[in-house]
Amino acid sequence: MQVVHFYVNGKPKELAVQDGEVLTDTLRNQLGLTSVKKGCEVGECGACTVLIDGHAQNSCLFLTTWAEGKHILTVEGLRSGCGELHPVQQAFIDEAAVQCGFCTPGFIMTGVELVNSGKKYTREELREAISGHLCRCTGYENILRALEKVVGIKS
Amino acid sequence: MGIRQNAKRVDAFQKVTGEAKYVEDLIPRDALYVKIVHSTIANGFVKSIDTSEAEKAPGVEMVLTCFDVPKHCYITAGHPLSLDPAHEDVKDKHILTSHVRYYGDDVAAVVADTPLHAQLAAELVRVEYEEHKPLLTPGDAINAPDVLHDIRPNNELSRMDFTIKDGKPTFGTAEFSTAPEIAGRADLVGEQFHTPPVNAVHLENHSCFAYMDGRKIVVYTCNQAPHTVRRNTANALGIPVGDVRVVKPYLGGGFGNKQDTVYEPLVALLTQRLGGRCVAHICTREETFINTRTRHAFDMNIVSQPDKDGKLLKKAVRINSNGGSYAAHGHAITAFAVTTYFQTYIAQDEQIGESSCAYTNLPTAAAMRGYGIPQIVYAMECQMDDVAREHGWDPIEFRRKNMHREGFVDPFSGFVVKSFGLDDCIQKGCELSNWKQKRAEYDAFNKTSKDLKKGLGMGLFAYKISVWPLSIENAACRIIMNEDGTAQIHIGAIELGQGADTAWAQIASEILTIPENRLTVISTQDTDIAPYDNGAYASRQTYVCGGAVRKAAEQMRDKLLDRASKLKNVPADDLCLDSEKIVTKSTGATVASIAEICAHYNFFNDGFTDTEHLTSEATYTLHDASFAYGVSFVDLEVDVPLGKVNLKKVWAVHDSGTLINPQLAEAQVHGGLVMGLGYALSEQMLFDPKTGKPLNNNLLDYKIPTAMDVPEIEVHFIETYEPSGPFGNKGLAEPPILAQAPAVRNAILHATGVPLYEIPMTPQRLVHAFRAAGLIED
Repeated sequence: MQVVHFYVNGKPKELAVQDGEVLTDTLRNQLGLTSVKKGCEVGECGACTVLIDGHAQNSCLFLTTWAEGKHILTVEGLRSGCGELHPVQQAFIDEAAVQCGFCTPGFIMTGVELVNSGKKYTREELREAISGHLCRCTGYENILRALEKVVGIKS
Repeated sequence: MGIRQNAKRVDAFQKVTGEAKYVEDLIPRDALYVKIVHSTIANGFVKSIDTSEAEKAPGVEMVLTCFDVPKHCYITAGHPLSLDPAHEDVKDKHILTSHVRYYGDDVAAVVADTPLHAQLAAELVRVEYEEHKPLLTPGDAINAPDVLHDIRPNNELSRMDFTIKDGKPTFGTAEFSTAPEIAGRADLVGEQFHTPPVNAVHLENHSCFAYMDGRKIVVYTCNQAPHTVRRNTANALGIPVGDVRVVKPYLGGGFGNKQDTVYEPLVALLTQRLGGRCVAHICTREETFINTRTRHAFDMNIVSQPDKDGKLLKKAVRINSNGGSYAAHGHAITAFAVTTYFQTYIAQDEQIGESSCAYTNLPTAAAMRGYGIPQIVYAMECQMDDVAREHGWDPIEFRRKNMHREGFVDPFSGFVVKSFGLDDCIQKGCELSNWKQKRAEYDAFNKTSKDLKKGLGMGLFAYKISVWPLSIENAACRIIMNEDGTAQIHIGAIELGQGADTAWAQIASEILTIPENRLTVISTQDTDIAPYDNGAYASRQTYVCGGAVRKAAEQMRDKLLDRASKLKNVPADDLCLDSEKIVTKSTGATVASIAEICAHYNFFNDGFTDTEHLTSEATYTLHDASFAYGVSFVDLEVDVPLGKVNLKKVWAVHDSGTLINPQLAEAQVHGGLVMGLGYALSEQMLFDPKTGKPLNNNLLDYKIPTAMDVPEIEVHFIETYEPSGPFGNKGLAEPPILAQAPAVRNAILHATGVPLYEIPMTPQRLVHAFRAAGLIED
């Protein structure tokens, strides 16, 4: 066991974890952040994506011990103090980009990373940016529309 | 808001905030975890199992082997109960098996305090096998001396063979054959098509857990047919149906693959053996590929013979379906496919169908979006293009001459086509794709361009919605009014991502005039509470279950009007609902609000009047069916030397009757369309031909489309009115996958002149075909 200190959704955490424990399991099992989904556990599907110091990463490939001193953001930490949705969350609702919802939190976190970059993206760039996420329900079309609404370049 | 509106999904907020809890999110903290010992042979028997080392491993609570489970077999198919023995599903599954029927079959299970401990202990279980040669294809398996299931000594799970004359089928029994001649006739030599086994690849892996509550076993599972998994689990354990309570929370996609009973009986048995402690089983992605369900591989041999004017004279088909290790839906899917072949295009003289489903040593095939029809539509639509090309006919005109029309009577179920938008779908697809002009442009381009070819192709389908009359089509709904005029709606049918909860809320809102945000459709099905339903399959959720919602809402409407009439002394037949109020039809005057009526009848206390909690409950039975229709037009380029297909644009046009929610309907088509593109170009489950060992059961080696593989897609609807559906609706969930593979293939044919007869059309296959055709020189 090792003790790790890091920030999750803005709050400092001190947790004892197994050496081989991955961040997905720590977030889900110790902190109850079940928006972090497990679809493959080997970095193929993107459902477990969280922001680690602002970068979208597969939390299933990230040992919790590596998170020492880092800031982790999950979907649970996105809403404002009064509960208002993040613009990416709202766009996913408005554009019907949600179906079964299992891949949704991961896509949203990548969307948040794009928003935080301050840049605007073409559809082709957005396709590449979300290509690490698999979705079987939407054909990606409405996810692209949602992201275009927030960070897209009007063509 | 009501129907024909783009209401926002009732579950979208929960899903974008992470509030929506799926099975794995709900596992109690004190749960034990089970890992399964999977066989390392594809065919044979377990001679012995040594569990001694595993039992000593840290955290282990129990090791259960195939010798410790109930001896009787049970049904796994997620079908309604058939009271007709001729249509009963096949009982061929044990909870764990000593007769290994595929590589990865379940021979033992280890329960421990953590998933890791269970896994480590499972690796210590030593199994000794008597190994037999794997029988991986129908040709290998049928009539082989090695019997896979005693109930089918020739390894043939089912047959359906018939001749259709004057619109009526006559059934017979043909012999299994792989010969090119259909029905042994030299004039019916068909073209051979092959489709591979594929996986649904829903993002949520199969997961379930069970614990005991008194004498009852509570099972949480991500299953599409909660009432059926309850019955199958009860039968597997030999306990009363009422002693099993199944709970289905939010569900992360299923596409038919979660229709069947998979590991629910195992966790139920384990909790029973462990004094009621909670036992959880979460499939790895690798297990979801192999140990759940696949789409059947089909070998299809088909004939379409026209006269000189392009009218079909003879049609014949033989399907040899690879059912895999357990029956599940094999008989039903093969029958649905062989009959569907004779529903779209009608031949004048002779129509002959032969079909067989084999038990083999591959993973079990069962329901997956389209239920056998993606396979047969692929072969049928490829052949329509081939025949048109051979005769120099326009492939669309050839289709139009032969496809069924309104008034068509289905030869098998006898239902009559009452809404027919296919012709308009074709017309719209031609306009959107600029069919005639672009085909001519590409023909000219391809004459001079050697390595880059351009093609525009299409495919169409007619898909029967509802399983009536072979199976019962019923659904139930309960509406419970609250004192402020809001309502809870209980539906036995389930949401799995398709948007059904939202469509049902819209149907109830349409009738009750209560906005969707004041209605709660209970998304969790709990079989102790939810009214009965057969499950989410056959694109029936809006078409059939929506009928139950409509019926229950109409009953509630009538009840509200009746109670208002009595309370306010106004004739009931002069009352109607408008914006959550009871108003008079004659003057439009408000009589009372729905809230007032509900509160009054629930709480009125004058010392003697009986109160009433206003509820309604309805079971709806559908004695009819309909066809949903659609087309796909695909514009693509082929890089000939690389064998690479570059999809440029896909247009899909659908007739699913009147749409309840156009935005969600369009989203449904996006997903199905892209699944169809994966079927066309990249998806196939691969197995070692010698051992039957799976070779690509992970998301790296099994290629579903990513956002970068998907072209621009455009979806349109031709809205018709189907009298048998609620508000004119027909089903939509499965159809969008159907026409994609043939449309891509026909576009490649248009581009290169090379016909292909097998999917997926990978670069390797294309390069081989182009070399054989002389497009690539050695």
